[in-house]
Amino acid sequence: MSEELLAEPGWLSEEVKTGTTIIAVTFDGGVVLGSDSRVSAGESVVNRVMNKLSPLHDKIYCALSGSAADAQTIAEIVNYQLDVHSIEVEDDPLVCSAATLVKNISYKYKEELSAHLIVAGWDRKEGGQVYATLSGLLTKQPFAIGGSGSFYINGFVDAEFRKNMTKTETQEFVVNALTLAMGRDGSSGGVAYVVTIDKDGTEEKCILGNELPKFFDQ
Amino acid sequence: MLNTSRKWQNPSGGFSFENTRRNAVLETSLSEKGYSAPKARKTGTTIAGIIFKDGVILGADTRATDDMVVADKNCMKIHYISPKIYCCGAGVAADAEVTTQMMSSNVELHSLSTGRPPLVVTVTRMLKQMLFRYQGHIGSSLIVGGVDVNGPQLYSVYPHGSYDKLPFLTMGSGAAAAVSVFEDRFKLNMELEEGKQLMRDAITAGIFCDLGSGSNVDLCVITEKGVDYLRGYDQPAQKEQKEGTYRYKPGTTAVLTETVTPLTLDLVEESVQVMDTK
Repeated sequence: MSEELLAEPGWLSEEVKTGTTIIAVTFDGGVVLGSDSRVSAGESVVNRVMNKLSPLHDKIYCALSGSAADAQTIAEIVNYQLDVHSIEVEDDPLVCSAATLVKNISYKYKEELSAHLIVAGWDRKEGGQVYATLSGLLTKQPFAIGGSGSFYINGFVDAEFRKNMTKTETQEFVVNALTLAMGRDGSSGGVAYVVTIDKDGTEEKCILGNELPKFFDQ
Repeated sequence: MLNTSRKWQNPSGGFSFENTRRNAVLETSLSEKGYSAPKARKTGTTIAGIIFKDGVILGADTRATDDMVVADKNCMKIHYISPKIYCCGAGVAADAEVTTQMMSSNVELHSLSTGRPPLVVTVTRMLKQMLFRYQGHIGSSLIVGGVDVNGPQLYSVYPHGSYDKLPFLTMGSGAAAAVSVFEDRFKLNMELEEGKQLMRDAITAGIFCDLGSGSNVDLCVITEKGVDYLRGYDQPAQKEQKEGTYRYKPGTTAVLTETVTPLTLDLVEESVQVMDTK
């Protein structure tokens, strides 16, 4: 009995992970990003309201998953590099530039880092785009999911995604996907953050746990 | 003689890990004889911070443990960084202490260079960049709280370099006990006395419900007007008055014989060391 009483909490020795569900979807005219808000260290939740959708630029966001420290640091470095780049080209940066900067760091330090960022945004040249940068690869996709909770919704997103949905339909799709993943993954939970980016600007929304849609839950 | 022929290497600043090889050799040679090297002392701790109407309140217990022995009954876990920014440290005691001292001096230099009072985000950024560089080998978890031009702010920084910005935070082995008090009673824009009471209750929960935390409650209230460092704000774990006594009356045991041998001794040297027993 005494062994359990003296066991120290997981987060004292374990690394803090954003065991997560993240998703980014393109629609006709922009992108919608979504994430849960749980940050865990071992079995403890250290932050139940973390916004994992981090801005890289005005119309480019990235979704963080994996090791919290690695993901936050990559996002911060790329934010700085994009600032410099956009001053040099005297224009808003392209989403593929942001994604390439993230990919460069993820690939060069792939042995040391364990974070997966999904980069999504809108630019004048190509409109709404979503890029996945897992382990240093760079691939443009109509939608991307990531994090520990994404495994539970692979079937759902494959079945329900349609190209060229409207903005509202896409936001609903993202919220449904997040809710289903948070309902099944122990490392995802809390509130849902949704960011919508289109040519008119960026809109951030936070949906509280009790306002999420209800699915079969007996 | 051979030592002086070695070229003098200027210390390169930052942490030096050259003793790790010596420690590894010592560890193996000691374990052969059945001894073990002393472990790095952790401050099994309860530290917490909240934002109230006028600023930030930081709180900490005062026990430092060495495995299962209390090494210091009244240590200070709330460290000074700058006039209106303080930092609570948990994890390995030495790491927390030295990291905060380094931050304090770097932040002072930075603020002299910018000509402005330092920002809490600056302290957090410097801390997390340093901790990330050392990939978690510096075992210090910190709560940074303070007031600057952007208002009162509270950040937590973990050993691997991740950070969170929240209105209330707890860390240390007693974090679970303390955060339960906050989750129950925290409100935005509390008054000062309400905030101090809530903080005191949270740290006390850690002191009573966690083996690694104990002794007194230290509070540090930081507002626009200044800092109020309340060392020993509350002492919930004081020794009680004993109700009965185990002493026997003189004469309970019969004395059969008595021999007195006087020893003539001279007092050669007297030195007094006062211990902090409170």
